[in-house]
Amino acid sequence: MTTRLLPLIAFIGLALLLFVGVRMNSGKDNSAIPSPLIGKPAPQFALPVLNAPDKIIKTDDLLGQAYLLNVWGSWCPACQIEHPIITELAKSGKIKVLGYNYKDETEAANRWLQQFGNPYDTILVDESGRAALDWGIYGAPETFLIDAKGIVRWKHVGPITLEIIEQEILPTLESVR
Amino acid sequence: MIPELGQISLILSLLIAVLLACMPLWGAHKNIAALMQTARPLAHAQLLLVVVAFVLLTYSFTVHDFSVAYVQKNSNSLLPFIYQISAVWGAHEGSLLLWVMILAIWTSAVAIFSKQLPDVVIARVLAIMGMISVGFIAFTLFTSNPFARVFPIPSEGVDLNPLLQDPGLIFHPPLLYIGYVGFAVAFAFAITALLDGKLDAQLIRWSRPWTNIAWAFLTLGIALGSFWAYYELGWGGWWFWDPVENASFMPWLVGAALIHSQAVTEKRGSFKSWTLLLAIATFSLSLLGAFLVRSGVLTSVHAFASDPERGLFILIFLVIVIGGSLILFALRAPNKEAGQPFTAYSRETLLLVNNLLLTAAAFMVLIGTLYPLFADALKLGKISVGSPYFGFLFTLLMLPLVMLLPFGPLTRWQSEQVSKPLKLLLPWAILAIATGAVSFFFWPESNIKTAAGVITAVWILLGTAAFVRSRFKNSSGRFTAEMIGMTVAHAGVGIFFFGVLMTESLSIEKDVVAKPNSNFSLRSYDFSFEGVQQVEGPNYVADRGTVIIRDGEKIITTLHPEKRMYASGGNSMTEAAIHSRLHRDLYVALGEPLDDKGSWALRLYVKPFIRFIWLGTFLMAMGGFIVSFDKRFKRRNAAQANP
Repeated sequence: MTTRLLPLIAFIGLALLLFVGVRMNSGKDNSAIPSPLIGKPAPQFALPVLNAPDKIIKTDDLLGQAYLLNVWGSWCPACQIEHPIITELAKSGKIKVLGYNYKDETEAANRWLQQFGNPYDTILVDESGRAALDWGIYGAPETFLIDAKGIVRWKHVGPITLEIIEQEILPTLESVR
Repeated sequence: MIPELGQISLILSLLIAVLLACMPLWGAHKNIAALMQTARPLAHAQLLLVVVAFVLLTYSFTVHDFSVAYVQKNSNSLLPFIYQISAVWGAHEGSLLLWVMILAIWTSAVAIFSKQLPDVVIARVLAIMGMISVGFIAFTLFTSNPFARVFPIPSEGVDLNPLLQDPGLIFHPPLLYIGYVGFAVAFAFAITALLDGKLDAQLIRWSRPWTNIAWAFLTLGIALGSFWAYYELGWGGWWFWDPVENASFMPWLVGAALIHSQAVTEKRGSFKSWTLLLAIATFSLSLLGAFLVRSGVLTSVHAFASDPERGLFILIFLVIVIGGSLILFALRAPNKEAGQPFTAYSRETLLLVNNLLLTAAAFMVLIGTLYPLFADALKLGKISVGSPYFGFLFTLLMLPLVMLLPFGPLTRWQSEQVSKPLKLLLPWAILAIATGAVSFFFWPESNIKTAAGVITAVWILLGTAAFVRSRFKNSSGRFTAEMIGMTVAHAGVGIFFFGVLMTESLSIEKDVVAKPNSNFSLRSYDFSFEGVQQVEGPNYVADRGTVIIRDGEKIITTLHPEKRMYASGGNSMTEAAIHSRLHRDLYVALGEPLDDKGSWALRLYVKPFIRFIWLGTFLMAMGGFIVSFDKRFKRRNAAQANP
């Protein structure tokens, strides 16, 4: 009897999950998890640049100017969704946008950029995902705002929308300037 | 007036479906013959009404009746005729209506081709299909009415999503739905068996061809979708592990497992509960697929078909159908696994392994597809799991499947000495490895995947041929449709894997900045870019590139990749140009203009053996069809007539 209940129990779990999914989808719920990094200096890293693997960028090389770090991968459908918005933000020149190519292959990443355009000032490559651990990156897309002194000011998990830019990124940027 | 008639027809079909869901079932319960016999006429009446609704919606499209909101949103007066027809299922409301119609067709088909079944069984089967129908018609009417009017009447329609203005998309959804919905038959028989409390061989035998046909259609639908993505999206890929693709792949995998386990249950009486559970699971996954696509719960490139508002309705429906049937399963599934006993090495064991691998693969796809949702629910953020995950786990699970596949048909039921099939297959295994090694050095890339592709193909094809040979040598030498179908489908598996591995390891691509009259070479091919002209289509303008491809001195072909801007606005569409031969595709896609001197970003691919992917899937589908023609599935007719 118990083994025959297993499929039912599994399905109840699944249904609950789907229910939460539907609820989240109807009520807008942009889960911005507070990152423990906020207010702290950006983690130390040394990552190669896409298509220039000899060039290594370190955390301290980026001091002096606020920047947005956008985590993406060619394998990530949600990254396609936010891409036009990221592109627009980068074009507007309001902030420098860096790409963080996460667990991706160089070839695939390039093809993706070819297809959807490359708005990034520079793209850091983290193929193994090791440096991402220090950032507390769960997946893609995620976006960090780091100020000129190298302090992490803001983080968002999931695709960026126009509202997020208006209501969160730009005000945060203003407040640290 | 016409749309209202369609509306009324659809409402009537809902009433008929409610009757179909109740009366025969009550009749079966109380053993009232007259009530049971209403099942067939009601099924046909339902089909008639749904077809009328569908035809009237199509008519509204062809006369450009923009007072109908759905027509207005998905068509305009410039839309070519053929797309006016396919626009009927181009968006949510219409594709639901198509789904409903296909379900009605299956129901009627069951009513016609079930003469050999007792009235009480067919009453239950049709009533269960009627219940599913009630759910979907109600969903259509109450949340997604395709006949809703707009006022004031717009003078022009928006457009059919340009991505869908393509011949491939005319057939892709119907094929896919025929597959999805076809599993409702296997589901209905499983529920009937549970209600009856007994699962006899006759019922299983009767349901087998239905499962095979549904699965074959699903195979074709998925393959066509993949082919469409290949030439329309301009990425040169054929499978993206996109949530919507996954949604169709899960029922396919479990359906493949079901086909095999039904064979065991029919022939040996084993795996009864398992077969019932798989039948429930296959259709449940089809419904889950519909839910994922329609609810917008998951982000996907197929976003044009989703709407969050409707998610809850389908979810409730899902819970009733799947939850209800699983409760029934928990209460009524056969207690003891009857059937003839079998030993550790027998065909039963091999098929059990096959089932475990296929369901594990489906489970893994399910986890990967739902993981983003799971992470989201736990506030871990919106996260995607990409092809690295799927690619790795799939290789892991398919490897043993490929290795064991040729053993299956060569192994006897019940008990077999491992040495017997091993002796037959050993030379072919050695030959496969040898050719693999040769191919490893033959292609300049020396890629392990190339070798794996050759080994897989040779192993499965020759291993399957070994089965054919042993049948001929065998005293009987008889080939049933079932065996032919199986052989064809298994050969398809080999060819499919060959295509996948060879394409993945040997494809070359080049992203180039192309000035007019510049040349690029890939392998022995020389691509020369002549420039880009503006051309005009019926409802779009396009930048049309010209690329001449030569192999040495010989001109192979001239390709015209396009970048289309539709009159209705929106994103530009890539139309890749492809020259294909069995052993390779030459693929050119136009990127973006780079300056005003006529330079363009150009993507060039040489994709060896990619056609084998679709050839393989086509063979699998054909195998499924052929099996369903086996005389044995009909013979019971005669057996009943003269007992």
